[in-house]
Amino acid sequence: MSTALTLKETDDVFEIGDLTFTSRLIIGTGKYRSHAQMKQAHEASGAEMVTVAVRRIPLDRSSESFLDYLDPNLKILPNTAGCYSVDDAVRTARLAREALKTDLLKLEVIGDQTTLFPDNEQTLEAARILVKEGFVVFPYFNDDLIMAKKLLDAGCVAIMPLAAPIGSGLGVQNPANLRIMREQLPDATIIVDAGVGTASDAAIAMELGADAVLMNTAIAEAQDAAKMAEAMKLAIQAGRLAYLSGRMPKRLYASASSPLGGVIK
Amino acid sequence: MRVYVNGENKELGDGLSLLDLLNLLNLPIQRIAVELNRSVVRQAEWEVTQLKDDDRVEIVHFVGGGSVGRIGKEMSVESY
Repeated sequence: MSTALTLKETDDVFEIGDLTFTSRLIIGTGKYRSHAQMKQAHEASGAEMVTVAVRRIPLDRSSESFLDYLDPNLKILPNTAGCYSVDDAVRTARLAREALKTDLLKLEVIGDQTTLFPDNEQTLEAARILVKEGFVVFPYFNDDLIMAKKLLDAGCVAIMPLAAPIGSGLGVQNPANLRIMREQLPDATIIVDAGVGTASDAAIAMELGADAVLMNTAIAEAQDAAKMAEAMKLAIQAGRLAYLSGRMPKRLYASASSPLGGVIK
Repeated sequence: MRVYVNGENKELGDGLSLLDLLNLLNLPIQRIAVELNRSVVRQAEWEVTQLKDDDRVEIVHFVGGGSVGRIGKEMSVESY
């Protein structure tokens, strides 16, 4: 059980639109070895929001609702995973909204199947359509400041730059970009989404000024998913606290920490 | 009449509604969504929406996951 002595839960809440969270970790639901393992990991993570995907229901057999395996207290954020076009993403979003009675939407419009990099152009187009239809859009994109501005101008509630390719576990590959984004868009809600691999990656994202981190594979593919989930929870708390503390500057050379005079000779 | 459901060709009797179709297929009616010819049909309207020949129906539910690519080549730790 973690206790944050200086960062009380109520001091640093994470707000998006009408939603208020104490956790800055958002998690996915894919790639787990079992529903039980997923539930344990979710619980260990302390996350309050999870993403789910939309798929055709199988016609040849009865299937239980996947949603029944999720903790009922979790906020569900449907995504448009697997969509490669504006049309698919918009149709998927509308279906998700109808089924879940939620306006929340993680928008993914993928550009290519190998890298899963976003098609930024189509993402922006889909975002514009969906915002007009009243969706609360969380767009996944790559860490491009100009695209970030366009997505925010289009009315997206947050922006979700990737750290590295989905499922790569490489961690933040372009820290300068993230930091620039934070400085140039001080009021934006920035959620680093995709590419996180281990706890330090999540801490680094938060130290760079991200408001939250979204991850799936890092937890689901860890050998002990629940343990990694807890590690991520702590890393995000630590990274956030470090960011709020205002770190010391980096220096090339040492600087003395004790007085120079009075040294015995 | 012939109706496409989730991409599959289904031969059905005439005069069926979307709700009839869901019942025929033994599908749950909670936490699913239905699209008819690329437009979402709200649950309240399933009973009164009649199917016609060549209609395309998509019935979706929720699953775990996100976008999935081809399995990536793993990197040796030393190479990066």
